[in-house]
Amino acid sequence: MENNYFVDSGNLSESALKRKHELENNPASRTNHMEYMDGMEQIKSDIFGKVISEMKSYDYNKYTAVDVNRALTHDTCTIEDFKALLSPAAEPFLEKMAQKARLETQKHFGNTVYLFTPLYIANYCENYCIYCGFNCYNDIRRMKLNMEQIEHEMQVIAKSGMEEILILTGESRAKSSVEYIGEACKLARKYFRLVGIEIYPVNTDEYRYLHECGVDYVTVFQETYDSDRYEQLHLLGHKRVFPYRFDAQERALMAGMRGIACSALLGLSDFRKDALASALHVYYLQRKYPQAEISLSCPRLRPIKNNVEINPLDVHEKQLCQILCAYRIFLPFCGITVSSRESRSFRNGIVKISATKISAGVSTGIGDHESKYTGKENSSAEGDEQFEIDDNRSLEKMYNDMSDEGLQPVLNDYLYV
Amino acid sequence: MIENDKLILGGHEFNSRFILGSGKYSLKLIEAAVKYAGAEIITLAVRRANTAESENILDYIPDGVTLLPNTSGARNADEAVRIARLARELGCGDFVKIEIMRDTKYLLPDNSETVKATEILAKEGFVVMPYMYPDLNTARDLVNAGAASVMPLASPIGSNKGLATKDFIQILIDEIDLPIIVDAGIGRPSQACEAMEMGAAAVMSNTALATAGDLPVMAEAFRQAVEAGRKAYLAGLGRVLTRGAAPSDTLTGFLHD
Repeated sequence: MENNYFVDSGNLSESALKRKHELENNPASRTNHMEYMDGMEQIKSDIFGKVISEMKSYDYNKYTAVDVNRALTHDTCTIEDFKALLSPAAEPFLEKMAQKARLETQKHFGNTVYLFTPLYIANYCENYCIYCGFNCYNDIRRMKLNMEQIEHEMQVIAKSGMEEILILTGESRAKSSVEYIGEACKLARKYFRLVGIEIYPVNTDEYRYLHECGVDYVTVFQETYDSDRYEQLHLLGHKRVFPYRFDAQERALMAGMRGIACSALLGLSDFRKDALASALHVYYLQRKYPQAEISLSCPRLRPIKNNVEINPLDVHEKQLCQILCAYRIFLPFCGITVSSRESRSFRNGIVKISATKISAGVSTGIGDHESKYTGKENSSAEGDEQFEIDDNRSLEKMYNDMSDEGLQPVLNDYLYV
Repeated sequence: MIENDKLILGGHEFNSRFILGSGKYSLKLIEAAVKYAGAEIITLAVRRANTAESENILDYIPDGVTLLPNTSGARNADEAVRIARLARELGCGDFVKIEIMRDTKYLLPDNSETVKATEILAKEGFVVMPYMYPDLNTARDLVNAGAASVMPLASPIGSNKGLATKDFIQILIDEIDLPIIVDAGIGRPSQACEAMEMGAAAVMSNTALATAGDLPVMAEAFRQAVEAGRKAYLAGLGRVLTRGAAPSDTLTGFLHD
């Protein structure tokens, strides 16, 4: 079973189409994804080697119910225990895992759930990542907000009561420079108490600059930790460079950021191996940077504009739940974010087990918060979305729903110092 | 796994995971203690080493045993550094156990001075094994300072009270990538065994042997306990049945597909 990712737009020129097909069909036409491009900083770190070798040697079929039972009775979960909990042998133990995960979540986070919202400020992109709605060959309405438009969006969001914001862009240094993003973050600091970014990976000095602009949280998704598979999915652009992306969180921490988030995009590759690698990435970062606030996300593939068939394949809700229980048991201190890619019922259920942070009032489009929040017709253009969301509850609705589930919604837990 | 199980300190391999103290019992018993304990490392207070023509402790330590000179008597990092250098000059090798005490009542180690001394001595090529109060932040500082192991105390030195700091030692074992050697306060073989089951890399004991009725027999009992605990750790302890509350409502009923 495999997604069919390749879609040709009728609006592409003949030469662009030719280039696209060449990249898709001829691996020799693509650059070496393990080689750094000009301007990319290389840091010395042993985390990459540790994560990748553990992942490669992970044989999840060798674990049995005995291993899973043992893991569930241990006070602290070892890497071996975690591997057992991610294995197919753990599937029949899902309810037991959920019970244990809930205890751990309650020990570390009590009965709280954090709320935040993303703000996409531009969707230009120079990469050809074949599963992504923003990819450079996908025929979508492109847009980049100017500072007035950004401020207007922020005002609309802030008015809803939201205090934490995640600023996102497509990956284009040319269209969305570090300075442009920095200015947007300075604006964000006026309206929000916590500002995170999810942008293209940058060098340490650029993360330091963004930190000075008010950013304290950096999210980078590795998409898949299997570098061979990565190479087949990211055909063009700086995102192709696998190790530069891998070290992004570490560069951010070296630059003084308070927190980072990691994740694979589940459904792209072998999800058990990707889940193992995501958690180990966090595990080793935490050991090396014990002061860092660390979190994991767990996005599954979603349909995109011009390709509504894309789906997460064998990562069903049960598998996702198993992963999130295993994450919690292995990394009790780690924040776990579940995005609006997931359904209302799944998010209502998972916040009682292991998730600690969910988004609300979400749009993955550009410049459309006013029309989405108020229903008011937008006089200016809007840019298309990165992917289709599932759960479209507003902040107010989410706040009330979480309260009804017996959880205390938290809008801010943080001081920028 | 068990066949190749070595304790590695500063690149040196050891088969025994029981480190012996030497300062609290008759010099004449040292040889028997080493033999029955199966020890490959024995500590030595440098301040005791060269006091008289006769009865020099170095003469009583069998060949082939690695000397671990300690800096007992040092009250700060400077003094510990001087004692360590002296030990090297005396031909005691490159191993050094840092002990810095600013209080003579409880003999509790001074963690911050210990970090300073570790950094200086590691740069000079010593295999530095710092004795410390089990504190995670200090342990991380010791790793960064170049320590070869971390030696947290189990309870006040000489007290034979066992693993009073158990939870904190477990945190060090879980979080620190160096060998964690439990030192001070271990009074019985069962306590040494428990520390090894927790994942400690080795146990060090002195008073427990010195105060036993029959020192060589107690040394052997410790050796067996340390070996048993190590094997249990490597084998992976089995499950413990807990009489917990009945499961609450099902948590996973919401899952579709």
